[in-house]
Amino acid sequence: MKTSNHLWKEWLAGKISEPLNREIDIFETEIDLRRQEKVDERVFAETRLRRGVYGQRYDNGQRHDGKVARSLEYPTTNPTKGPNTLWDAPGMQRIKIPYGGLNAAQLEVMAELAEEYSDGIAHVTTRQDFQLHYVHMEDTPSLMRRLGAVGITTREACGNSVRNVTACPYSGVCPDEAFDVTPYAKALSRFLLGHPDCQNFGRKFKPAFSGCSQHACGLTSMHDLGAIAVTRRRNGVEVRGFELYVGGGLGAVPYQAKLFDDFLPPEQLLPTAQAIARVFARLGEKKNRARARIKFLVHDLGIEKFKALVLEERDRLPPDPRWKQYLDEALADAGEESLQADGDLSGSGSPEFQQWFKTNVRAQKQPGFVVATVTLPLGDISADQLRDLADIARRFTPDRVRTTVEQNVVLRWVRQGDLAELYQALESAQLARPGASNIVDVVACPGTDTCKLGISSSRGLAAELQRRLADKSAEMDQAIQDLHIKVSGCFNSCGQHHVADLGFYGVSRKVGGFAVPHFQVVLGGQWTQNAGSYGLPIVAIPSKNVPDVVSRLGERYVSDRVHGESFQDFVKRTGKLQVRKLLEDLAKVPGYETDNSYFSDWGDPREYSISDIGKGECAGEVVTAVEFDLAAAERQVFEAQVFAEGGNFRKAWETAYGAMLHAAKGLIKIEFLDIPDDRDEIVNQFRVRYFDTEKIFDPFAGPKFANYLFAAHRTLENGHTPESSRRLIEEAQLFVEACHGCFNRMGLTPNAATA
Amino acid sequence: MEIQHVNLKLHLEHSGVVDLEPLIPIFHDWVREQSCEETLVDVADYRHVPAGPGILLIGHEADFSLDWSDDRLGVRYNRKARLGGRNHDRFRQALRSVLTTCRRLEEDGRLEGKLGFESRQFELGVNDRLLAPNNQETYASLSPEIDFFCGGLFGRNNYSVTHQADPRRRFSVLVQTPQPMDRSDLLEALSP
Repeated sequence: MKTSNHLWKEWLAGKISEPLNREIDIFETEIDLRRQEKVDERVFAETRLRRGVYGQRYDNGQRHDGKVARSLEYPTTNPTKGPNTLWDAPGMQRIKIPYGGLNAAQLEVMAELAEEYSDGIAHVTTRQDFQLHYVHMEDTPSLMRRLGAVGITTREACGNSVRNVTACPYSGVCPDEAFDVTPYAKALSRFLLGHPDCQNFGRKFKPAFSGCSQHACGLTSMHDLGAIAVTRRRNGVEVRGFELYVGGGLGAVPYQAKLFDDFLPPEQLLPTAQAIARVFARLGEKKNRARARIKFLVHDLGIEKFKALVLEERDRLPPDPRWKQYLDEALADAGEESLQADGDLSGSGSPEFQQWFKTNVRAQKQPGFVVATVTLPLGDISADQLRDLADIARRFTPDRVRTTVEQNVVLRWVRQGDLAELYQALESAQLARPGASNIVDVVACPGTDTCKLGISSSRGLAAELQRRLADKSAEMDQAIQDLHIKVSGCFNSCGQHHVADLGFYGVSRKVGGFAVPHFQVVLGGQWTQNAGSYGLPIVAIPSKNVPDVVSRLGERYVSDRVHGESFQDFVKRTGKLQVRKLLEDLAKVPGYETDNSYFSDWGDPREYSISDIGKGECAGEVVTAVEFDLAAAERQVFEAQVFAEGGNFRKAWETAYGAMLHAAKGLIKIEFLDIPDDRDEIVNQFRVRYFDTEKIFDPFAGPKFANYLFAAHRTLENGHTPESSRRLIEEAQLFVEACHGCFNRMGLTPNAATA
Repeated sequence: MEIQHVNLKLHLEHSGVVDLEPLIPIFHDWVREQSCEETLVDVADYRHVPAGPGILLIGHEADFSLDWSDDRLGVRYNRKARLGGRNHDRFRQALRSVLTTCRRLEEDGRLEGKLGFESRQFELGVNDRLLAPNNQETYASLSPEIDFFCGGLFGRNNYSVTHQADPRRRFSVLVQTPQPMDRSDLLEALSP
């Protein structure tokens, strides 16, 4: 769309590495071919995804305005960018930032791109990437060239590929780390980028590094491949290695990664990753996308068998000099330590400085240096601020910053004596916001703002929570300040709600014939220990009441906790039943005519809708039989959690399964009121009436949630472990959500639904 | 030198705290009504970003925003799609869009008359660093056309143009007039 697009290639000739330049040329050709409709739209969709060019909400040309779905009249309707994706509709460009490392020149280019191709904002993601929104297809090759000229690629930022290699942003400076993982993350990222063994995955593959096991910064437990730095003494000499984990992941049903090797020598890191990639490509699911992540393969095979296959594969690999070369080069390049420190660490100054110092500054392991966090609200930074940040990076650091999984930026190697001046510089750039990594620093995925999968407004809610919490953060009890809030717009967990103290994910409910935006409250997640455990949903709360949930839980935590008790332990001790009771009144939605504010989402005045159908006039408080059944099923899921909490895993499993049957039966009753209370018959009828007809298919996840019921039914007589019970509870929750979604899509009036 | 992607901002008359929230339903209404020349796509809320784009009305051919950049609130028009004609035609189109937007906002009862716009100056820029790098050459090259555009609207020697020369920022000039511009007269003069 930019007039200058054809000029950048010539302008940047010789400034981009030849392989990258060729790749972008090829991509430009593919765009031309698609414009001539010489490439299939599905093939083109995956092609652009592998260059980080993503779809965005409303790119099917339809937008619900709160009353009806309307067409957006773009000039070009053909060709498409992919199935049901209009060419002219703006999209999102994801930009990979390995281990979150950027220099000042790269920040300046990011600023230019945000202004010239996007909306003036660059967004830091929960995987240390940058994203630009509202980008036009034709602009992407120029954008990629400008990034390429400063050493950044968007290759494999999306699609079924190796995604950004993330790493703890304090690597190399953290007092608690075993050693700096940066060079290893860098080498792995370089090695796997475009590697032939990584081109045939059924789904994406996300690696992460951490320098220690106790902190959260690397989040290795929730990654497909996680490497934690460890050292051992051998013959009196300290040697490096990695605790290597595989098969973790959040998504709809989260899995904790399994230990693959407790001490993998660094020289085996790249060949082992390559062997894992080969096994994943060969044996991983390809057809059923809902089970295509490596976590399912590891689970199905068992970690021991998976490991044996990988080691066998590794033995067969032809030797590759890059295994050593890339590590050697990365290690030789790790040279930030040559700086000289001076000055004292002092938090004295204005109250604003003191507040910022308390939350945003931490000491490095190198005496005399500190890390300062630049807190970005919702991960957003303007083009002007990016330029200011570039100046600050040049002035106060060795020309480096890192992005974080909490959607912030850290400045490392700041001299203690420079802190006051740094604060002033940040303040004048309006980047000196306090509250890093505490309750005010709410993390959120894009949600309904721009994501096609968003169900509720995660950013709208997060912004509202930030506004309310910031007003009173200074007076809050320290225990409250230390909590983490994370919000996802749907069950897919891009906002990482499973590992927050207070997690929320978007769902919808129908009340009196109207759709109402809700969030599931997820409690019990652990942020530390590299995302050590995952929370479970407690209750769905209408969006507009979620801030009250935060206040109420916070107050109760402060008043009831025993000395030094963590929020996670507090929730566990209190019990989910009690916590749910505490929130019960907030789950209620007043009628549309009483208070219609509940029927729109945060930051979006349109009457809430998840689809183009199902809209009806206010039917008062009439509740259909199906809705009762679905509510009962939800309650059973919750009871299953209580059983699991009490250690009765068999009962937990059976109750979760019962919840799925109850929800299925509710839907069947719409067509077949006399369905007998026989589980085989319920499953059979459900298959015929909802699965074979695809009515239950989620618009994006397809048959995934329905299959949870069939899988549970098949494994009814198996032994039930704590892990399988826990997983079924998650699956039951999602299955019930799918039944809600199906019912909403059917758009039935109360009378029809109870007929 | 052919210039596309004109970027024009008209500041608010008085700086100070302005609640932008009422803009959100207004812009959503504009999307529903498709009430601009451009195809309107969505509304983006960036109130949480200091000195950022504020509230954006995303369009296909252009974006509109109540924008805080430079720490001054104003209506910004950011042309994205190519437009025919000569450079001064594109300047005219951008100013007409901004003035029309300002008038609609001033007349919208939901804002309770709280937005009043500058009538002595506006910022005129180009959102393309390769076509229009922010340097003296670009300024010299575009000056005759900027003069032609301004002279036609305000009268010869009845305006001043100041180049905002920070090389890291996009090319822009500040156009000022000694007397307040009459918006209705201007809109009439700018009508196609």
